[in-house]
Amino acid sequence: MFNNIKKDFPIFLNIPDLVYLDSAATSQKPQQVIDSVTKFYSKENANIARGLYKIAEDATMNYEQVRSKVQKFVNAKSSNEIIFTQNTTSSLNAVMRGWGENFVKKHDKIVTTVMEHHSNFVPWQFLAKRKQANLVVVDVDDDGQIDLGDFEKKVKDSKIVTLSTVSNVLGVINNVNKLCDIAHEQGAICVVDGAQSVPSMPTDVQKINCDFLAFSGHKMLAPFGIGILYGKEELLEKSDPFVYGSQMIRKVTQKENEWNDLPYKFEPGTPDISAVIGLGKAVDYLSVLGMDNIHKHEQMLIGYLLKQFSELDGLNVLGPENSKQRGGLVSFSLDKIHSHDVAAMLAEDNICVRSGHHCAMPIHERFGLAATTRASVYVYNQKEDIDKLINSLKQVQKVFS
Amino acid sequence: MDDIYQEFIIELYKNPMNFGRMAKPDYHAEVHNSTCGDRIELSLKMKSGIIVDVKFAGSGCAISQASSSLFTEYLKGKTLDQLKKIDKQEVLALLKIDLSKNPSRMKCALLPLDALKKSIK
Ligand SMILES: Cc1ncc(COP(=O)(O)O)c(C=O)c1O
Repeated sequence: MFNNIKKDFPIFLNIPDLVYLDSAATSQKPQQVIDSVTKFYSKENANIARGLYKIAEDATMNYEQVRSKVQKFVNAKSSNEIIFTQNTTSSLNAVMRGWGENFVKKHDKIVTTVMEHHSNFVPWQFLAKRKQANLVVVDVDDDGQIDLGDFEKKVKDSKIVTLSTVSNVLGVINNVNKLCDIAHEQGAICVVDGAQSVPSMPTDVQKINCDFLAFSGHKMLAPFGIGILYGKEELLEKSDPFVYGSQMIRKVTQKENEWNDLPYKFEPGTPDISAVIGLGKAVDYLSVLGMDNIHKHEQMLIGYLLKQFSELDGLNVLGPENSKQRGGLVSFSLDKIHSHDVAAMLAEDNICVRSGHHCAMPIHERFGLAATTRASVYVYNQKEDIDKLINSLKQVQKVFS
Repeated sequence: MDDIYQEFIIELYKNPMNFGRMAKPDYHAEVHNSTCGDRIELSLKMKSGIIVDVKFAGSGCAISQASSSLFTEYLKGKTLDQLKKIDKQEVLALLKIDLSKNPSRMKCALLPLDALKKSIK
């Protein structure tokens, strides 16, 4: 099923020897998605929710259909619970400003984890400072797993618990179902950063029972500029908008105004309609492959990679050794070779990996590392991509030996 | 894969020149490259208006380390006025590799220059 996928992705036709192992940063886009964006601009282009003419009505309908598609994709109860934003970062900031602003008070406790991406760390740091609340950071064990004892202790009497399903550095899959339950027992709301999980495994927000879930279109085959915020309707109702203007308002008189209904009160201004249309195609594409299959495919590749890594001397892997506890990415370091040099040398072989702190400095600090190199896989990757990576890594080690 | 990673660069990375710290430097600064976590600390000693000793410490990639080695060597014997006039091109010329298509590596190469500017500001 996954053997023939590369041909759907024009970048691999245009750059035939490209070894793309940086999908955790952004995924490549299939022709179907690119075509849907081109088709929109060439045959359907109109603004939504305003015009009464055919292409405007069609654009509105198609836009709302994607909302329903996303609703089904993450199994939300209602399409009112799906807010279109720009990316994961703006979704998380929306929770911070929409809900956090209304409900976090002085001395309240906000809980996050040391493995979070800055996008799920800095907003809470900022909110805590502004409200004179306390930000508490849950540690991980040396294997990169959330320290459950530490979690249970820190979550006591907290107001917000926020964590990622899959860490973009450790690759570890967190048991968010259980962690959300623990948070709820303490009366906290649970915010989940799904940027690395929603593209690669089945997501059921009702099962997780999270209060909010944030993710990005561009990491799941869709265009840039479209992010998603899922929120329980009841909580979204209690949250206030924080960007004001058109569409988010129902009625404006010279003295007063009234917020629009969900989800529109959180979608001010004209959105990137083409990106939403592309997102719809991306969801279709992923659904045909099946999220379970994608997860298995990634775990197979990561298992293969970890096995080969274990045979390289002087290569250290962050996070769990067992690929069954991982999503589709692995961060590592090579003894005495800086991650920047590793990535730059791989780049000369057309191998794309990431080096640096991956916007997650706290976890690097936790492991005493300034930077790591990260390889990540997605639907189009094959074992041969891993083989090429391993070969080039051996070369890098040789040059530096 | 060795356009940039020429032997002398790797050699300087493994065996840097002027690596270390100074007890009482006349000029001193530390700079970071936030994208890759590189950190360089530069110390300068002056005698009768001339730089007599230069040291660098810290950690970083091969490019920033090699550049720092060559750069510290280059500074010796210069006056303060001369230090103030050093520009990017001079630093890149020391490295003898073309980084014009690698803006992110350029930053690494120029890290010791940033440190110098900060130290004599
Ligand atoms: C875990 C995690 N959270 C948040 C983000 C931020 O996503 P975006 O840049 O699309 O807002 C990323 C992307 O790098 C991520 O991996």
